[in-house]
Amino acid sequence: MDNIKPRVKVPKSASAGEVITIKTLINHPMESGLRKGKDGKLIPRQIINKFTCEFNGKPVFSCELEPAISANPYIEFSAKVNEAGTFKFSWLDDDGSVYETENKIAIK
Amino acid sequence: MRNQIIAKAAAVAMTALVPGIAFAGGPVDDELVIDGEIQMITRAAPPEGHPLDEVLSGWLYRTEETRLLETDTFENPGMLEVQDGADLWNTVDGSAGKSCASCHGDAEESMAGVGASFPKWDEASNRPINVELQINKCRTEEMGAEAYKFDAPEQKALTAYVKHQSLGTPVAIDLAEGHMQSWWEKGNELYYTRTGQLNLSCASCHEQNNGNYIRADHLSQGNVNGFPTYRLKQASLVSLHNRFRGCIRDTRAEFPAAFSDELMALEVYVTWRGTGLSVETPAVRQ
Repeated sequence: MDNIKPRVKVPKSASAGEVITIKTLINHPMESGLRKGKDGKLIPRQIINKFTCEFNGKPVFSCELEPAISANPYIEFSAKVNEAGTFKFSWLDDDGSVYETENKIAIK
Repeated sequence: MRNQIIAKAAAVAMTALVPGIAFAGGPVDDELVIDGEIQMITRAAPPEGHPLDEVLSGWLYRTEETRLLETDTFENPGMLEVQDGADLWNTVDGSAGKSCASCHGDAEESMAGVGASFPKWDEASNRPINVELQINKCRTEEMGAEAYKFDAPEQKALTAYVKHQSLGTPVAIDLAEGHMQSWWEKGNELYYTRTGQLNLSCASCHEQNNGNYIRADHLSQGNVNGFPTYRLKQASLVSLHNRFRGCIRDTRAEFPAAFSDELMALEVYVTWRGTGLSVETPAVRQ
């Protein structure tokens, strides 16, 4: 889909070993595939089906999303930071698109 | 044993039906601070001639989870559309080759506090004008672009972006401008006029029964300081005139067109009723 803008909120820096909170939000209709349009036909399912977060190439958090999740999914989780590096976030769409964004974090 | 349980259940049900106990839907005693910085006014002293003792934001009537969503501009899903509005602000459209920014520059400066004083009197059209209509006026007269149709996603996003620049500013409209006073009076009359098969006026719910339940939800005072509002039910921004029409439809009446004289008069009057409350755009409601 076009015009999908993922947003993430990660602290700019953390102490080594600190547990930080990461917030993510993405604009997406999360069409469940169960609704009918004005013509009475089913609107095809189109959702984000998987979310992953990696830190310096290692998995931190991932989850599968199901049709019952409402539009604009908001995902919040925590992570322990031992070293400076880059968080990489990706959202996988039913149509095969992948929406990605990155955030760097420094050690205090 | 079984009878005892039934008797107990009946007693619980009776307690729940007694009005005025903690079961009723607010308003709660809570403070709205956005991003830990902006202290919002959710309780205000009413302007002269106001029928209620205290003006309360609809935020106070929502559940804790919904209230929390509004305290963080990152978590507030309405901000996604406000961001779209920011993009539109800088996008050139129309035959004059202008964007909003071409004339108004940085919205954070030029639009600060502006949304809190709408609707305003518009001399040219000889009627009150709201932010949506002001945007359309700029588009047709200055930009050579087409007016946005009612509730076009661009209209909602840009309106929300403009009003968001007044986040925290108390609502204050000037009734001394032009004929605003006579529109206020017309709006006042509409507010107390019962309509529809259910024979309800705005006041039946929002003045006489705010805090009570209706349709498995609790009624607020119906103040409009948070519009366009993100409604979790629609999962998008909802404009004020859409909400007006929704309310009137729920009384099972025929509803007037958006931006019609009736609804503009109602906007003037209802905005005045929320005088002193902070602009919350985009507010988050159920």
